[in-house]
Amino acid sequence: MTRVERRRGGRDTLLKGGRIVDPSRNMNDIGDVLVRDGKIESVGGKIAGPDGADVIDCKGLVVSPGFVDVHCHLREPGREDVETILTGARAAAAGGFTAVCAMPNTDPVTDNQAAVGFVLKQGRAANAARVYPIGAISIGQKGEQLAEFGEMVGAGAVAVSDDGKPVVSSQLMRTALEYARAFGIPVADHCEDPTLAAGGAMNEGLVSARLGLRGIPSEAEEIMAIRDILLARRTGGHVHLCHMSTKGSVELIRWGKDRGIKVTAEACPHHLSLTEDAVEGYNTHAKMNPPLRTMADVEAVRAAVKDGTIDVIATDHAPHHNDEKARAFADAPNGIVGLETALAVNITWLVKPGVLSITDLIDRMACAPARIFSLPGGTLAKGAAADITVFDPTAEWKVDAAGFKTKGRNTPYAGMMLTGRVHATLVDGQVVHRA
Amino acid sequence: MTSPLGKDLLGLERLTSEQISLILDTAEPLREISERAIKKVPTLRGATVVNLFFEASTRTRISFEFAEKRMSADTVNVAAAGSSISKGETLVDTARNLEAMKIDMVVIRHGSSGAAHFLAERIQSNVINAGDGTHEHPTQGLLDLLTLRQRWGSLQGRRVCICGDVLHSRVARSNIWGLKKLGAEVAVCGPRSLLPNAVGEMGVTVFDRIEQAIEWADALNVLRLQLERMESGYIPSLREYNRVFGVTRERLERAPKDILIMHPGPMNRGVEIDSDVADGPHSVILDQVTNGVAVRMAVLYLLAGNSPKLADAAKGTV
Repeated sequence: MTRVERRRGGRDTLLKGGRIVDPSRNMNDIGDVLVRDGKIESVGGKIAGPDGADVIDCKGLVVSPGFVDVHCHLREPGREDVETILTGARAAAAGGFTAVCAMPNTDPVTDNQAAVGFVLKQGRAANAARVYPIGAISIGQKGEQLAEFGEMVGAGAVAVSDDGKPVVSSQLMRTALEYARAFGIPVADHCEDPTLAAGGAMNEGLVSARLGLRGIPSEAEEIMAIRDILLARRTGGHVHLCHMSTKGSVELIRWGKDRGIKVTAEACPHHLSLTEDAVEGYNTHAKMNPPLRTMADVEAVRAAVKDGTIDVIATDHAPHHNDEKARAFADAPNGIVGLETALAVNITWLVKPGVLSITDLIDRMACAPARIFSLPGGTLAKGAAADITVFDPTAEWKVDAAGFKTKGRNTPYAGMMLTGRVHATLVDGQVVHRA
Repeated sequence: MTSPLGKDLLGLERLTSEQISLILDTAEPLREISERAIKKVPTLRGATVVNLFFEASTRTRISFEFAEKRMSADTVNVAAAGSSISKGETLVDTARNLEAMKIDMVVIRHGSSGAAHFLAERIQSNVINAGDGTHEHPTQGLLDLLTLRQRWGSLQGRRVCICGDVLHSRVARSNIWGLKKLGAEVAVCGPRSLLPNAVGEMGVTVFDRIEQAIEWADALNVLRLQLERMESGYIPSLREYNRVFGVTRERLERAPKDILIMHPGPMNRGVEIDSDVADGPHSVILDQVTNGVAVRMAVLYLLAGNSPKLADAAKGTV
C-alpha cells in the first residue's frame, strides 16, 4: 500500500473532553485523545496536554474514527469542470471523511497502473481526505477484456469496479471474481440488468406511470445482485454490491450471507432517506441510478443497515454541472453530491428516529468500510494513523449548496434543516477541515 | 389577473372537477364561433402566442392555431427543425429567449415528459401543454370529455375504456384523470406489455381482452399504435395486434349496446381500428376534432384571465 506522506513532527494535538466513540474497540466514553506525530498517542481519560499542544475543545461533540467512503466520483481526469480530486477531497474532509475511494469511470478510464498513479498523486497533492483509487474491471469499462488488476493494485488501487455501468457478461464477472482473489481485493459491482433498465429514468411504479417516465423495475437490480452472489459462491471471490436500493436486494444479500458467501454491500444516504415521491414535479435532483424507491424499500434497506446485512453506508457522490441537471427529466444525468450531507442525512433519518445508534452509524461509516476494503483507519487504537472525525450530533443547519466545497450543487437536500454537523476532520493528525 | 385555472395548463391530474367543468362550459358557446362565416372574435387581440413544437404534429398544432386566430391572438409557430433548437439550444435558453420577447402564452409540444413543467417554472408567460412525452396531453383529454358530455349530458357513472398502448400514451393519462374527475368509470385494455405495470393503482379496471372491454363499455377511446412499438419488441406483429386487440365491426356487433367510438388520431386503419368502425355510425372521431378547436379556445381564454361569464358575451362581438 502506498502511504500518503504528510507533514509530520508538528505540534501535538489534544482533543479535549469529547465523547469518544470507537466501535472497533467497543469504546464509548467521555475523555481526551492525544495525537502525536500523526498517530494516536493515547485515548481516554483526562490527558494532560503537553506544552505547545493544539487543543481542540470537544465538549458536547463526538470524537470518532474518520469516516471512509468506499464509493465516490471525483471526475478527474475528464470532467474537471464538475469536480477535481482537490475539490472532491476537500468536500470529503468537510463531510468528516478522512478517506474516500474514487470510482474509475473517468475520462480516460482508470484502467491501468499509470492512471491509478495519477489519482493517487492528485490525492496526495490535495492534502485533505486520503484518496484511494478503484481500478476498472474491464479495459475502458467496455465489459470485454479484463484490466490488469495486479498492476493496478501494485500502483495503489484498493478495489476494482466498472461502476456507472454494470458488468453485463456473467462470464467476465466470474473471471473478475476469480482473478481478484490473488490480490485480496473486492470486486464492486453496479447491479443493473441493462435490458430491463434501458431508458428508465426513475423507479417503476405508480409515480412513474403517472408522470409518464420510463420506469426501472427493482428486478433490474435484484437479478444482477443474485447473479453476483451466486458467482461469488462459485468462485470464492469477494463481491461488493454497490448502492443497494430494494427490499428484494436486501433479502438476497441476507440469503448469501447466511450461506457464508463472501458478499458485502453498501447503501447510500439518499436511499435511506428519500422515496420516489421526491421526483414529483420532475425534480432532476432526485434523479439517480439506482433510482429512489418506495417507502417499503427504504424501510428494508434501513433495517439491513441496522442488522449488518448491508455492511456500510457509502455516498455515491456524483457531481454534475447545473446546466446538465437543468434539463427535461429523462435527459438529465443521474446522481447527486453526497460527501458534505452524508453525516447529517444519516443522523436526521437514521439516528434521530432511533433506527441506528451513533455507535452503529460510526461503524457503518468508518469501521466497516475500512474493514471490508482492507484500508487503514476505522479505529482510534493507539499507534494508528490519527484519522479522526469530530462532529456535533445535535447541531442543526440548513443545507446551502452554494457553500459546498464540492463543485457540484446537485443535491435534493438544498434548503432542508438537517441535524449533525462536522466540527473537525484530522488526517494523519493534521486538521484538514475545521468548521 | 389570475385565471381560474392558475398560470398554466400542464395536465388534468392536478385540476379539480370544477375547473374541468368550467373549461367544458366555456368551450360550449365558443364552439359556435367556428360555425360562422366570419370565424373571429377580438377576445385575445394584442396577445402574443408562441406555438413551440419540438415534435412533429399536424392536428394539434393546426387546432391550436385556429383557436388562437379565431380569438385574434398574434401567433408565431416554431418547429424544432430549422430553428435554434435544432442547433442545440437548450430548453432553458429557449425559455429565456421567449421571455425576453415579451410573449403572453406558450403552447409547447415536446418529446420529454415534464418539459411543459420545466418551461412553466422558468417563464412568467402562461404555458399550455400540447403533449409532453408520455405524460399528459390535457387539451386532447378535454376535447374527449367535451365530446362525450355532448352525447351523454353527464359522464357520471358512464363507462369508458381506453384501448391500446396506454404505456406510451399521454392521451391515456389525461383521459384517465379527466374521466374519473367527472364521475365516469374508467378501464384500460391492451396487451400487458403496453400497459404501465402499476396501471391498476391509477384507479382503473384492466381488461386483458378487447371482447371483455366491449361488453363492459359505453365508449371506447382507441389509441394509436405507434409502429415503433413492434420494432422495439413490445408486440410481435401488427397483424396479430389487429386480430387480438383490433376494434372491428364483428366485435362491436356482439356488444350488448351501442358503443361510442373515439380515436385521438392519426389512425392506423386496419391495425387498432377498422375503417368500417372509424367511419361507422357510432364514431365520434370528427366531433372530437371539431371540439378540439373549441376546447383550446376556452383554455386560451380562461388562462388569459378572462371571466368565464364573458364567454357568452365574447362571441357576440366581431
